Amino acid sequence: MAKPLPPKERMKIPRQAMPEQEAAVRARNFGEVNLGLEVVAAETEAQRCLSCADPKCVGGCPVGVKIKDFVELVLAGDYLKAAAKIREDNVLPAVTGRVCPQENQCEGACIMGKRFSSLAIGNLERFVADYERQSGQIGLPERAPSTGKKVAIVGSGPAGLSCAGDLALQGHQVTVFEALHEIGGVLLYGIPEFRLPKDIVRGEIENMKKMGIDFQTNVVVGKSMTIDELFDEEAFDAVFIATGAGLPQFLDIPGEHFGGVYSANEFLTRVNLMKAYDSEHYDQPVYDCRDRNVAVVGGGNTAMDSVRSAMRLGAKNAYIIYRRSEEEMPARKEEVHHAKDEGVEFMNLHNPIEFIGDERGVLTGVKLIKMELGEPDDSGRRRPKPIEGSEFEMPLDVAIIAVGTGANPLVQSTTPDMATNKWGYIVADEKSLRTNKRGVFAGGDIVSGAATVILAMGAGRTAARSINDFLRTGEW
Amino acid sequence: MFPIVEARPLARDVKLFRIHAPRVAKKRQAGQFVILRIAEHGERIPLTIADSDDEGNITIIVQGVGKTTKWLNTLETGDSILDVVGPLGEESEIDTFGTVVIIGGGVGTAIAYPTAVAMKKAGNHVISIVGSRNRELLILEDEMRATSDELCIMTDDGSHGEKGFVTEKLQQVIDRGAPIARVLAIGPVPMMRAVAERTRPHAIKTIVSLNPIMVDGTGMCGGCRVLVGGKSRFACVDGPEFDAHQVDFEVLIQRNRLYKQQETESLARFEKEQCEAAKQKSSCRLEQST
Repeated sequence: MAKPLPPKERMKIPRQAMPEQEAAVRARNFGEVNLGLEVVAAETEAQRCLSCADPKCVGGCPVGVKIKDFVELVLAGDYLKAAAKIREDNVLPAVTGRVCPQENQCEGACIMGKRFSSLAIGNLERFVADYERQSGQIGLPERAPSTGKKVAIVGSGPAGLSCAGDLALQGHQVTVFEALHEIGGVLLYGIPEFRLPKDIVRGEIENMKKMGIDFQTNVVVGKSMTIDELFDEEAFDAVFIATGAGLPQFLDIPGEHFGGVYSANEFLTRVNLMKAYDSEHYDQPVYDCRDRNVAVVGGGNTAMDSVRSAMRLGAKNAYIIYRRSEEEMPARKEEVHHAKDEGVEFMNLHNPIEFIGDERGVLTGVKLIKMELGEPDDSGRRRPKPIEGSEFEMPLDVAIIAVGTGANPLVQSTTPDMATNKWGYIVADEKSLRTNKRGVFAGGDIVSGAATVILAMGAGRTAARSINDFLRTGEW
Repeated sequence: MFPIVEARPLARDVKLFRIHAPRVAKKRQAGQFVILRIAEHGERIPLTIADSDDEGNITIIVQGVGKTTKWLNTLETGDSILDVVGPLGEESEIDTFGTVVIIGGGVGTAIAYPTAVAMKKAGNHVISIVGSRNRELLILEDEMRATSDELCIMTDDGSHGEKGFVTEKLQQVIDRGAPIARVLAIGPVPMMRAVAERTRPHAIKTIVSLNPIMVDGTGMCGGCRVLVGGKSRFACVDGPEFDAHQVDFEVLIQRNRLYKQQETESLARFEKEQCEAAKQKSSCRLEQST
């Protein structure tokens, strides 16, 4: 147990660095990049917390984890209690500790960040969650007595899981329906193994099963059954739709049908969910990237995940092609740095205008145009404009399109009395996440458009609160 | 897990499975498909639902062409399949059109069959043309006969029915001069393309069921995209049935060839494993006998 230090002493301690696999080595394997804090480093890091009377970090966390309390428990050396404290508000601590953009959230709000560097909250969260998992003693919160009410959750991504966790604690009977064969949504098919090992996701799902949550895979709501049938035939009292934004967007340029052109969703699904990187043992193939030129179009986290996966599949050259400059990139800074360290080449201010293929219909190159930045657009980012006459071709074997996703229409198209907006996203009240259809709530990417894991989890919590109100009062 | 309640060979390398999948059986309509994964480590493959019953079973008919389908065809009654999801895709457009010609090539007949049943039920005059390389490969002859007003069997070698291609028979039917409201063709891509070329000059509405490579089957990845009327469409959610006169068959053929090398390697590994397993079994039997 570490002794609390006076604040001035605490400020002198430097932020403890996260040990990681060496870039040259990790660029060719799917093992986790960040190795996690050792006990001593975690203890030292926890000492840096100023235990603010009015901790700003909690407000920065979309699910409101009691950060100060759990860090004090780390300081006291009670890592299991610290993990249990996080679980009161967050069903996936081992996941969020790894994939949250903490710099924009809890750590962005940390008072220490103003003058020094902020407390490494994400790394500490990850530390206690990993410690708890390795100890095998999971501190699951108590469930309230059964209410006899049934809730169906459509989609098992971060929004669905966090909603399911909260509702189960409140004593409701929760069933989660998932279209794919495994639970986890983007945690499983999207985020690669080297950032989020799938065994950790599976472990968290097992914990949720212990909380009495029923998971049903291979059920496509909208096809296997409709929302109305969930109420009428399966007697659910409320439904939460958390189907995500899983519809891939393409560039709509000539040659996009050539073999070797993928959506990031397809590429990552093949690599992560179907484990195509282990072709010795798994049957789902992926285009052979070994010694090939691979380019990913886009500048978000999905683009970074795709390009780093391509590197690990043996690409000779792996490029990011992005139409703005690095300053505008929506990807986390850490991911951009990791990608660069691993040898990814960044072609910023470039945009593809045509894919080129051979007579067999296989991609051989791409025609690019150079871009410059003009005036800021609605999003506040400077609008990219093509520079006339700057077109050139480069050889390319694999192109991965990671320019965003839209709303998958399956549920909406079979629920015609539920309101959607012009982009096909479900319309839900901002505060209550109620749709216009009685008993139906929606949240996460299917309402907001593609965002982050933790924002989706926040939406899941909000929905759980308002579903609970609805179930207890019957008022709509 | 989805138990196999019946596994029965229909022809060489072709097997019929009835699988207990109550949610799918309850909802499925003609033209829809499932995606299945046999076991952990397996890939996801699409297969059309040929039939369903009131006991919650669906029927699929599988031709062994690569690792997964050959593996599937080793399964027997009482075995299980890990994942079956569906029904997926849009259902066939069924209406009272008049005279409808249904063309099934090879195992494509299994896909054409449920739509033929639905078309007949809707009051259409159904002319079915079923083709295969030879008599041994012909499937569902009795079933197709029962649901058709007229059935023509075509074999490449003339070992059963008439000798020749389904397109030759189609031409004869067109040449009779009686109006044809719609043609539905399902089978190998070259066959579907040839049918489209026969009907195009006569402007007979022609529908084909496309078979691109799929992963999730729910519109999430676009791996199954096809060019229809110059536009990119996802066969798993927008199809699998499309207007044959709008489909770019060349792109479909090229995209279906993408993983040829991996498919060959995977099949070779599987056959080697099967061989070794068989050898071990026989050596065990030898040991027992001595």
